[in-house]
Amino acid sequence: MDSLLFIYQELLPELGKGLIVTLKLILFSIPFGLLTGILVAIGRVYGNHFLSSLSKLYVIFFKGCPLLLLLFIIYFGLPSLGITFSPFGASVLGFVLCNGAYTSEYIRGAIQSVKTGQMIAAQALGMTKWQAVFYIILPQAFRRALPGVGNEIIYLIKYSSLAYMLTCIELTGAGKIIAARTFRFTETFTVVGIIYLLMVFVATKILQWAEKKFSYPT
Amino acid sequence: MNTTSATSILVVENIYKTYGKTEILKGVSFTVNKGETKVIIGPSGAGKSTLLKCINQLIIPDRGRIFLNGEEVLHSHSHINRFRQKIGMVFQNFYLFDHITALENVEIALLKVKKMKRPEAREKALKELARVGMKDKAHLYPAELSGGQAQRVSIARALAMDPEVMLFDEPTSALDPELTGEVLEVMRNLAQGGVTMVVVTHEMGFASSVADEVMFMEEGKILESGPPSQIFFHPQEERTKKFLSRISELYGELNRNG
Repeated sequence: MDSLLFIYQELLPELGKGLIVTLKLILFSIPFGLLTGILVAIGRVYGNHFLSSLSKLYVIFFKGCPLLLLLFIIYFGLPSLGITFSPFGASVLGFVLCNGAYTSEYIRGAIQSVKTGQMIAAQALGMTKWQAVFYIILPQAFRRALPGVGNEIIYLIKYSSLAYMLTCIELTGAGKIIAARTFRFTETFTVVGIIYLLMVFVATKILQWAEKKFSYPT
Repeated sequence: MNTTSATSILVVENIYKTYGKTEILKGVSFTVNKGETKVIIGPSGAGKSTLLKCINQLIIPDRGRIFLNGEEVLHSHSHINRFRQKIGMVFQNFYLFDHITALENVEIALLKVKKMKRPEAREKALKELARVGMKDKAHLYPAELSGGQAQRVSIARALAMDPEVMLFDEPTSALDPELTGEVLEVMRNLAQGGVTMVVVTHEMGFASSVADEVMFMEEGKILESGPPSQIFFHPQEERTKKFLSRISELYGELNRNG
């Protein structure tokens, strides 16, 4: 009884504030991560030598850098160059850069799996290369990349907890503070875990719906 | 060569193409007049497909020139997309856009390339689908169509652009034998309806009954050309005779009535 009372009266209201920050982190990061991923993939496959190399370098760099280290560099390192971010801004930037790098790899693979005939037919109709990319290739590639891209979004929900390390108090951070104050570690972290599980559940459902929506007979 | 002649739509002048050390095209020239159907026959590896793709610059020739309605077809970005709109192309493997319906396949270039309004594009697309007998299948996706149906949709897609000339690159070679008839019938109707066509095919029956001129190509050159009656029944070149007898072993004897 005591535990339930604690959860309802103290824990959930406090975690609620953290949850809102977590949701903001995720909802800001997803569209920009996706956009970065698409642009980098297009640059890699269809760009000139310079763009292609730049995209490749980007992916190598951000896939190779631990996310936590990346966040530290952005938040603690960049101010010495005169670039400062809020804890929230630094977190979103780090997530977008990391998410974009992985997403671009899924989309690149999907673009390259679209049969060359699709591009040839589009060009034979008088489309420019970029019209063919946007109206013919990308819609097909996006459909194929969706399961992988969805996985990255699920990861993002969970690694958003790293924002806590930049003093951006999101769900995990809020839990840590309450637990430290009340010494109720078990209840607190169990509830935090359940909230993450629920978020992942909802995201999975949305992704399943999107996969269905974008599917076409093959 | 007179490129401004009133009736000549397509002039192909001395086309050369080399891949690495292999010379695929060794100086090919021919002219297509308005409303004519030219059929190119020849063994595989003769350069027939490469020649067609050189005409709309999907493959850029090393040397030689192409004229459409007296205007030179150049592969520079600003020019080529304008020319490709006027040169319809039908591929062996259809290359329909997999993610959209038959109707949208015909519509998409009207909307994005010709910048037509949506109702206008839809009306035009349905008209072209009706022309190839596919109006009732307009809502189906490419994966839901048979090979013959898919090829007819791809013909409608090319026709919708109102091209000056249609290029067919072995349009029935990827089809089951019982499905070639429906595609050939559509092509026959187009030829009779005055569409200017260049057709690469192994369908000798179609060639002999529809072509105004048959060109026999081998090793990157047009070896012999003339009306079907001459090429099929009185070929001058030894290699044309050899090719035709091999083909008739495969596809059956051609009779004079087509």
